[in-house]
Amino acid sequence: MDIAIGLLQFLINALSLGGLYALMALGLALVYSILRLVNFAYGELVMVGGYALLVVGQATGIPWLIVAGVAVLLAVAASLLLERIAFRPVRHAHSNTMLITSFAVSTLLQNAALLLISPRTKAVRIPSFFTENVSVGELLIAKSNIVALVVSFAMLGILTLFLRRTILGSALRAAADDFVMTRLMGVRANLVIATAFAISGLLAGVVSLFWVGRTGSVVPAIGLMPLLVAFVALVIGGVGSLTGAVVGGYLLGFLTVALNSVLPQGMLEFRQAFVFAIVILVLLIRPQGLISLRQRAERF
Amino acid sequence: MLEVDNLSVRYGSIAALRGISLCVDSGEIVALIGVNGAGKSTTIMTIAGVLRPAEGGIRFKGESIVGNTPEDIVRQGITLVPEGRRIFPRLTVEENLRLGAAIRSDRAQIQQDIAEMYERFPVLGERSKQLGGTLSGGEQQQLAIARGLMSRPALLMLDEPSLGLAPLLVDGIFELIAKLHETGVTILLVEQNVERTLEISDRVYLLETGRVKFDGTAEELRERVDIVGSYLGGPA
Repeated sequence: MDIAIGLLQFLINALSLGGLYALMALGLALVYSILRLVNFAYGELVMVGGYALLVVGQATGIPWLIVAGVAVLLAVAASLLLERIAFRPVRHAHSNTMLITSFAVSTLLQNAALLLISPRTKAVRIPSFFTENVSVGELLIAKSNIVALVVSFAMLGILTLFLRRTILGSALRAAADDFVMTRLMGVRANLVIATAFAISGLLAGVVSLFWVGRTGSVVPAIGLMPLLVAFVALVIGGVGSLTGAVVGGYLLGFLTVALNSVLPQGMLEFRQAFVFAIVILVLLIRPQGLISLRQRAERF
Repeated sequence: MLEVDNLSVRYGSIAALRGISLCVDSGEIVALIGVNGAGKSTTIMTIAGVLRPAEGGIRFKGESIVGNTPEDIVRQGITLVPEGRRIFPRLTVEENLRLGAAIRSDRAQIQQDIAEMYERFPVLGERSKQLGGTLSGGEQQQLAIARGLMSRPALLMLDEPSLGLAPLLVDGIFELIAKLHETGVTILLVEQNVERTLEISDRVYLLETGRVKFDGTAEELRERVDIVGSYLGGPA
């Protein structure tokens, strides 16, 4: 009976953390699969969401759900602006140019927050459920975990429907296979890329809600960890594969939660090191990632 | 319908096309033949808007299309079935076809067209839910052509449709192209397989190192033994 409880507890925690990591990884993977660009400013979209929660949340009387909605919308807007202003002008330049541009934007945004708001960690108003637990029989579960689990499942479900059932979704998947050919179908390049960035921003925005919820605070470098997680999940899942990114995210979530309960007390602070050690192991055995891909068409 | 006037295209400092002029009238099959590197693919890639010419003009239905994006050119009525088939490997056969109709909004008609494609190309109907990447070369070529037809183009451009296919499949492809022509589709065909191409084409342009070396009907080309010899390997 104890084992069953423990297992259920583990599953809920792992699925909720894994779900968030999966959303994060998917946002990065979407843009990468089409543009072959790792958007290093992606973490800053989480930062934008976080600071939106801070600033808008300071105005009293607004229900948190509205504040959260605004934060997500701002993350989407920031992502679209990023695409339009920073990436579109260099889209046809050398791929290194785009990479460096994303680093530059990341630094710019972090320092903007630092200068305009504060370099220090700021407390953010968060709803009570982030710190509450609920008990179901002998199970003690954090409410936020349940919410994260449900939300991440729902978002993955909606996205899957979008990618598989709509023409625009099919076009995004096609663009990941062969971008030029997608244009030769008459699908506008700008529309495809903007959609990818918009969804990317949406995912980052949702993740920011939970990321801020964990600590109840925001700091300019808050995006660093989500970006790292997303990037690692992307690589172990198989670069260029959307399914791979989701699998990679869940795997990292499971690993992290598992190590949390398995590691002896003294080693807990080295949990990250253990996670990444296992990542290295995975890549040594299977360098192309868990979900390997067919060769992408490489012409014109 | 299509007029290409003195087209010049460069890859960096290399001149791929040096003043190509050609035309295609409504309802014709016109072929571009020539060896590898002659400039055939470059020509139709430029017409499709994927490449930009350094000089020259392209007019379609009287309007200049030079400088238009590939997306616009598809909407204006020119569809390209490129070399190497380039179907979307991670989309199903049906999804590939649907994307071919991306510029259209008449859902019921699109559904009907897909059913028609399955009739015309039974193997596609059998594999409609399979991923494009799992199809054989010949099947992918059929899918690529069917996908091209989904946009209901005024002008269909085919870049080396028989390339890499077994002889039996090559026959099938050329029969298909001839049949398409009978239904009234205007076709610009690029091919290295000279023999079969001459059989089905109304007119032919022979390209050599970026220039038009000969243009006329298939019969006229056959009479030019001096040219024909080097392309068909000796007297018939």
